[in-house]
This record gives sequence, structure tokens and C-alpha cells, in this order.
Amino acid sequence: MGYLATWDYARLIGRYPGSTSMTRSELIADLAEANPHLRGADVERIVGTIFDGISAALARGERVELRGFGAFTVKHRQARTGRNPRTGEAVPVDEKAVPFFKAGKELRDRINRPRSPRPAAAARIEA
Amino acid sequence: MNTVTRAHLAEAIYAQVGLSRNESADLLEAVLERVGAALESGESVKISGFGTFSVRQKGRRIGRNPKTGQEVPILPRRVLVFRPSNGLKDVVNGRQPGMGDGGLDDGSDDGAGYDGAGDE
Repeated sequence: MGYLATWDYARLIGRYPGSTSMTRSELIADLAEANPHLRGADVERIVGTIFDGISAALARGERVELRGFGAFTVKHRQARTGRNPRTGEAVPVDEKAVPFFKAGKELRDRINRPRSPRPAAAARIEA
Repeated sequence: MNTVTRAHLAEAIYAQVGLSRNESADLLEAVLERVGAALESGESVKISGFGTFSVRQKGRRIGRNPKTGQEVPILPRRVLVFRPSNGLKDVVNGRQPGMGDGGLDDGSDDGAGYDGAGDE
């Protein structure tokens, strides 16, 4: 599949009404719309380059710090003895690395900015 | 330890996509801004092969100042959580994405057994 395929598809279907999530292809479609001078394929590559760049840095064990947005780091978990919850059997779990994201102050504040809760969100809290 | 910053990511866009350095930096900013705006509006953001950013509502609870032992109310707030996709988890463990760890899922609380993270 070429670059345009996903992008065209996202434009075609548009954002699902009332959707509570944005996918990679919707992000690309939004950016393409806001930057009509760029080709869709380029917008797709820009988004890919950013997230691939973050992944590659984490794979090298490096930290990615984007001021205002947040920081990606790799945390190390020690080997431990886990348990199969079904049988209760002890299973050795190897040490492993886990990607971790900590939101930056600006983004955290933005998410917590006082505002009237959306009806959907309010209903969920009540439940 | 090396830290990757906006400058490095903008440079990668410049090299990969061939936009000017200025425009590369602007587009990086636009991507982060768009993700931030979606999260601010309460949407989660799913990046296939990378992970999902979502906003979780936390209720009011009673906290305690660990130094004085004094009780302090913690007001309801919203926190941002990032769930790495299995592909990203593979990559930081030096595996090809999609290969898994080849072992049994231990059912621990790291969510490794749940495939809803970001890989669509």
C-alpha cells in the first residue's frame, strides 16, 4: 500500500462522529488539511519520522525530552518470579525494559485546565 | 546518557522528507500540538506501532503529607497515561517488533497480554 492510501482513507471516512480517540491516520489527515501545500505522502512521512525517531532513541536506551510535551524514557524491570494466575504455578519472568512516558508540565496543566465536563465524561463519572 | 530533543527530531524530518529546517521544526511542533489538543479535549491518541496516549479521570481522595502526616484532600484531576504498543515494547528489548518475548504471558499487571495498546 502506498502512502496515499491510508491518508485518503482517513479523509474518506472522516472522524467517526462522537469518537473519543484519534488515530495515526486521523492525525495525518488533520495535518494534511492544515498544510495544503504539503503532499499527503510527505505528511505521512513526517509523522512516521517523528514516532520512529522516538522509538529508535528508546531502542538505543536514550531518553527523548520534548519540553512542554513530555519525556520518553526506558525503565528497567528486574527479573522476578511470576505466577500463572490460573494454575498458581511459579513462572520465571526475565528482566525487561519498558518504555515510559511522563507528561510535561505544560501538557499536564493543559489537560487539567478547568472547564465544564463534557456530557459523556460527566455521565461516566456518575456511573 | 544521550537525550534526544526537538532539534534531533526536526533534523530527522529535514533529512527524511526534504523540507527546510525551519519547516521541519514547525511541522514537528504542529504534530505535538495536534496530539496535545486531542488529549486536552479528552480524546485518546492511538499511534499504531507506537502506543496510546489517554486521559484518565481521577476522583477526589484523601492524601497525606508524608512529612507532617497531615491529611490533605486531593481534588479530582485528569492524568495522562501512555500505553506503549507491543511493537514498541519489543523494540526497547532489542527484538524485532511483532516478535513478542517468546515466553508465556505471566498475567502480571504490565498489560503485556492486552493487545489494545496501539497496534491496529
